[in-house]
Amino acid sequence: MTQFGEYGGRYVPETLIPALDELSAAWRQLQDDPSFRDELDALLASYAGRPTPLTLAARFAPEKRVYLKREDLLHTGAHKLNNALGQAVVAQRLGKWRIVAETGAGQHGVATATVCARFGLECVVYMGSEDMRRQAPNVARMQLLGAEVVPVEFGTRTLKEATSEAIRDWIANVETTYYLIGSCVGPAPYPELVRELQRVIGREARAQMLDAEGRLPEAVVACVGGGSNAIGAFYDFIPDDAVRLVGVEAAGAASLGAGRAGVLHGARSSLLADEDGQILDAHSISAGLDYPGVGPEHAYLRDTGRAQYVTATDEDALAAFHRLCETEGIVPALESSHALARALDVDAELVLVCLSGRGDKDLAEVLGT
Amino acid sequence: MSKTLVVYLMAMPDTPALVEAAVEAGADMIELGFPFSDPLADGPVIRRAGERALAAGMRTRRCLEVLAATRERVDVPLIPMTYASIFDAYGWERLAADARAAGATSLIVPDLPADAHPELTRIHLAAPTSSDERLKLAADTTDGWLYLVTVTGTTGARAELSPTLAPLAARARAFTDRPLYAGFGISTPDHARAAAELVDGVVVGSAAVAAAEQGTKQLATLVASLKSVL
Repeated sequence: MTQFGEYGGRYVPETLIPALDELSAAWRQLQDDPSFRDELDALLASYAGRPTPLTLAARFAPEKRVYLKREDLLHTGAHKLNNALGQAVVAQRLGKWRIVAETGAGQHGVATATVCARFGLECVVYMGSEDMRRQAPNVARMQLLGAEVVPVEFGTRTLKEATSEAIRDWIANVETTYYLIGSCVGPAPYPELVRELQRVIGREARAQMLDAEGRLPEAVVACVGGGSNAIGAFYDFIPDDAVRLVGVEAAGAASLGAGRAGVLHGARSSLLADEDGQILDAHSISAGLDYPGVGPEHAYLRDTGRAQYVTATDEDALAAFHRLCETEGIVPALESSHALARALDVDAELVLVCLSGRGDKDLAEVLGT
Repeated sequence: MSKTLVVYLMAMPDTPALVEAAVEAGADMIELGFPFSDPLADGPVIRRAGERALAAGMRTRRCLEVLAATRERVDVPLIPMTYASIFDAYGWERLAADARAAGATSLIVPDLPADAHPELTRIHLAAPTSSDERLKLAADTTDGWLYLVTVTGTTGARAELSPTLAPLAARARAFTDRPLYAGFGISTPDHARAAAELVDGVVVGSAAVAAAEQGTKQLATLVASLKSVL
């Protein structure tokens, strides 16, 4: 069982264990299968638009050299597609034709609906009814792509409940259905699987940075909700001891900064929870960071000290959002704006920021504030 | 010999009286739910009951008090059922010890597969999707009886008894002489009668929780109707 120190595991009903075993075995095989890598690499190049560029943000941060890894330029506008494409190929190889997924802001839902349209798979996306109201354009987009969007009316009506409902659907339909999880969370092997599919971000950026500057960055900065763009950006830099890894959480959803160990959605990690283990609500202007849990590997990287985790407030993120728009002509996602905010004041001169997504989806939120 | 009837109720301040009524009406064992904010194995009825319980302040310590108060009223086995997060926060061994001290007979943790935390003595669940190897592990290490999940799905009433129970029960019998009790989706006397032909007992959860919300009398009526066919 994959474990990250004391974190990770498989805290799910017995019904799902055989499906997780099957997925683990298939994933081990596929990693050593050149035809899988070739198929995925071809899709990433011809369909998704990889490699994404590295952009020097000279006017955004004139005192430093800040480079942006442009996942905002990926098809569908966020890093989420790296994961959705990879898992859709895995699902097909497992012979599963029905896909379920959860979504908060709608970016993972859109990426999933996109790959399902591309491969002709049935797609069901669970989304909190409150998020459906806040992110109506992404709901329409998913429906346009042929997905069924199912409103979740429980609890906070946001990502936490949508994830639980997607897992319950999977429990009920496990024989036919593949659960395409959107972040490096959930029961093993998902955190590792998602990390491996997002590692392309850091792998490309490391080589691009060496090309551009002839040296590695002093710091890599990425926003952390569930943490998939951050783990993808960080992972290939972990052996480079001199490179600082900085994860930026929303101040009202700091699962790592203000959390405690607990179990949510199949994994033990650092969570916003009370002393009894009941999960608390997260609060962020950014729907993609509005989640009380985080990938177990981030909890491990925090505990070992290899990565550090800081926070940015809604106001910090909005200020960085406007600054990037005005200085670079790039509209960042509010999620990524948290990383941009801390990139400005991190104690490092050469900085790599994962610009995980574009901000078109956030215009109503930003302009209404 | 009559089959065993296990009734699930959510821990609430008025639970001791409900349990007493259920036992008088024929319940042989009681599962006592300790509510959790994100119960992956539960359908809508138990989920809503959990939300109400949390709103009523039913946190772990309070649930243990209700368990102890229930134990003062009845002699049947009492089995707390709650999720891994509750154990993780309270301390795995500490919660097991405090539950036992409050009168618990065993434990059920629906999101803790049989191979995780083997030191925690508890009743294991086996599902229609379980491999023979996992079914054997669950049967060999369960505390007393084995809980057969009749469906691939969450708790809650179904129109008919799941056709996956018969093959699961047959596979389990091949591995173990321990009692097999079936649960998930059993809500009516017809379901209970059909399940009892295959296994040694049935667990009724959502239907009991829904009846308990109507009152002690409604719960007793349901329990008596279930027991009469076992």
